[in-house]
Amino acid sequence: MTGPLQHPGYDEEKLRKIAELLPCREVQAELLLSLMGQHRSYPAIFIYGHRASGKSHTINMIMKELELPHVMVSCVECLSVALLFEQVLLSFFGADAAALLPRGPSLSDFVRIYRQQCSDSPAKQTRYIVSAKCLSAAFSANNGISPCFAQVEDNVSVILLSEIVWDKFRPNTGCFEPLLLHFSDYSKGELQQILSKDRHPSYSAEFYSSYINILLGVFYSVCRDLRELRHLAALNFSKFCEPLEEGKAKESDTHKLWRNIEPHLKKAMRTVYLREVSSLQWEKMQEMEEKEAGAVRGLSAHTHVELPYYSKFLLIAAYLASYNPARTDKRFFVKHHGKIKKTNFLKKNEKTSNHLLGPKPFPLDRMLAIFHSVVDSRVAPSASIFSQISSLVTLQLLNQASHDDQLDAPKYKCAVSMDFICAISRTVNFDIVKYLYDFL
Amino acid sequence: MCIYFKCVEICAFHVPIRKMTNNIEQGCPNVALRPVFGGPQVHLLELLRRTALHGESNSVLLVGPRGAGKTMLLKSVLKELLKEKDVNKTLMQVHLNGLLQTDDKIALKEITRQLHLENVVGDKVFGSFAENLAFLLEALKKGDRSSSRPVLFLLDEFDLFVHHKNQTLLYNLFDVSQSAQAPIAVVGLTCRLDVLELLEKRVKSRFSHRQIHLLSGATFPDYVQRVQSKLWLPEQFPDQRFAHEWNNSALCEDKSVEDALQRHFNSSKDFRSLHVLLMLCLSRVTVAKPCIKPADVLEASRVCFADAKANMLHGLSILELCLIIAMKHLNDVYEGEPFNLQMVHNEFKKFLQRKSSTIYHFEPAVVMKAFEHLQQLELIRPLDSPGARTQREFQLMRLLLDTSQIMEALQKYPQCPTDVKQWAMNLQLNWL
Repeated sequence: MTGPLQHPGYDEEKLRKIAELLPCREVQAELLLSLMGQHRSYPAIFIYGHRASGKSHTINMIMKELELPHVMVSCVECLSVALLFEQVLLSFFGADAAALLPRGPSLSDFVRIYRQQCSDSPAKQTRYIVSAKCLSAAFSANNGISPCFAQVEDNVSVILLSEIVWDKFRPNTGCFEPLLLHFSDYSKGELQQILSKDRHPSYSAEFYSSYINILLGVFYSVCRDLRELRHLAALNFSKFCEPLEEGKAKESDTHKLWRNIEPHLKKAMRTVYLREVSSLQWEKMQEMEEKEAGAVRGLSAHTHVELPYYSKFLLIAAYLASYNPARTDKRFFVKHHGKIKKTNFLKKNEKTSNHLLGPKPFPLDRMLAIFHSVVDSRVAPSASIFSQISSLVTLQLLNQASHDDQLDAPKYKCAVSMDFICAISRTVNFDIVKYLYDFL
Repeated sequence: MCIYFKCVEICAFHVPIRKMTNNIEQGCPNVALRPVFGGPQVHLLELLRRTALHGESNSVLLVGPRGAGKTMLLKSVLKELLKEKDVNKTLMQVHLNGLLQTDDKIALKEITRQLHLENVVGDKVFGSFAENLAFLLEALKKGDRSSSRPVLFLLDEFDLFVHHKNQTLLYNLFDVSQSAQAPIAVVGLTCRLDVLELLEKRVKSRFSHRQIHLLSGATFPDYVQRVQSKLWLPEQFPDQRFAHEWNNSALCEDKSVEDALQRHFNSSKDFRSLHVLLMLCLSRVTVAKPCIKPADVLEASRVCFADAKANMLHGLSILELCLIIAMKHLNDVYEGEPFNLQMVHNEFKKFLQRKSSTIYHFEPAVVMKAFEHLQQLELIRPLDSPGARTQREFQLMRLLLDTSQIMEALQKYPQCPTDVKQWAMNLQLNWL
């Protein structure tokens, strides 16, 4: 889009400021400005697009700069309709109007108070209600501000922002169809342009854009969310500048800088991107020397789950009981199992592989039988063993699959992943893969 | 000189938008455009006049698809009715809307309020709905207690009142209209043709079964006529020369525009979707280009018919797109059976093994995050409620996209790697 925003009705200076604040969104801003006439606007507009594609930002900037009467409500924040109504009345008419709402207001009360206030203070311009982050479940349940409001009420325009398409919101018998606008996602070039804007003042612009280039090279195929990328860019920039500060490289040594930062970014993808590690931990880890920093302990690290010896075997037995079909127990766990017809036994379908379908419930007796055959020493079935089973359930490593009332034949399911159980069996020197039916 | 022209342009630019929105909100100011109601209008007017003047109770339903003009008809009939002095003095109106009054209690409060009887009711507690309604109607009687004032109950979105508990409001209103308590008229507006099936037996028997259907019989030439008249500037426009130029540039003679309009007419005849199309056309008019060209109409038509889900697919990352393709393959092979993340990941891994490219090897947790993002976009949906006790990786889901949508989106996807495209298309060869 070449050229600044042009609109005869508004001040040129303000339009130029808006254009500056909305990089790569000029087309959409232009369209919005022309749809929102000066005095009257289309009653209902629905804007959809991926998250962090600038929907709320664009509307916010336009409303603020042009000083249009508006209120921004977020459907995620407004847990009940009362909060939504209160916010709208507060923004348009002040605290007195908001106080008029009764306890547990219905849409009828809200419309009545709104109409009253409107007749007391009539508006020359359209009032805008912008409802951000609409989720379809909440929309139908709460019956919050929807296009119907715009139809019922005069001189108000409802703008809905969402990342879900309008078809999911439409009620069964239809409603006033809003104008649908799409905010397309940013292309790679546009992302580069926007991310390069928050460059560090002490480094040159080319240096920062080469950093952004590398960052996009690693993360673009996984994530295109502008907010995530900005967060990652901010966190990792100090590591990128490290060789410069230590004097090992200059700004133009792109290859050296790349070699330094790339494994770091790959590690970030496994940890900070997944929020396994908080950004504070990440920054601390970067400051420490490489020799001191051990592996970054993520949230799901195996190491800090220290189970007692028998609990580990109980868990292994549970895993085997969940993922092996019952008819195969004899072959794995009985010492002299004799001949077993191979054809029936080996008939497995890729589709029914338990590792794809999920764990199956098993009775307690089966797990104990496997446990006794798997543990080396002779273990007496005492209360301490059984209490370890209940603590495994509390730790949510086992799930109870039967009802609480069934005391004589409880059923369980194993809720751990393959990696976790492999790590645990390694600590007790048990080769679990040999005992799994799917890996025969 | 330049300032004068600029002012004219500024003024000229805004009038069409205002005119459009005026037309949308207030009904057609242009009399020639107003749909001739004829029969229904006369019928309804007669009915309401009988209630207002002669004390006869009536009930009627106006049935028609959305945008057929039910509210417009009602408004014009009311305007006509209130022209008579006698009617104006005595008739009371109560406007209820199914979307606002979601409960019978709320509806009753609203009726009390609209009849201005809050003071009279005060803090009285009534045993039942019927008592309350009878009290209200009693209170409307004139001073000499001879006759009650006629009340007009207008129920918008009538089909929503049907879902209230026991349909008490409807039962009581129709009951009053059948018994000779007070002259009321109940007019319901609804878009459901089968609304009578929804009524309970006792409510249905009290209803007069009078329905007025508003079905548009517009043909394509009428449609084009309407487009033209919507876009034309009226004679009262200040700058006559500009108005003349604007009207002459009206583009309905162009073949491509006619095809676009035909396509719109074939999908829906109602005027609201036409307004959306014209609104988008008008938004492309600027001071620099003060007229509508056929290209504007075509562009607006393209925006109207764009597939929203395909637009969203355009913005997915490569990993998410690969997951969608893996789901499509699972659907093809297993004929639409639900899948879970492990199966999708397995399918994706098989593709990676064949291609042996290292750029797409991601940790399972990263794949999980991409999968959850797709779930938040509602492109896939879990089969049962999320409270169920299965682990996240094993929860069964369904894909809410069609194969054709996916293939189309792949064509438009920016910088799609060729091996991904080939994977999407060559399922049969590689599966064996």
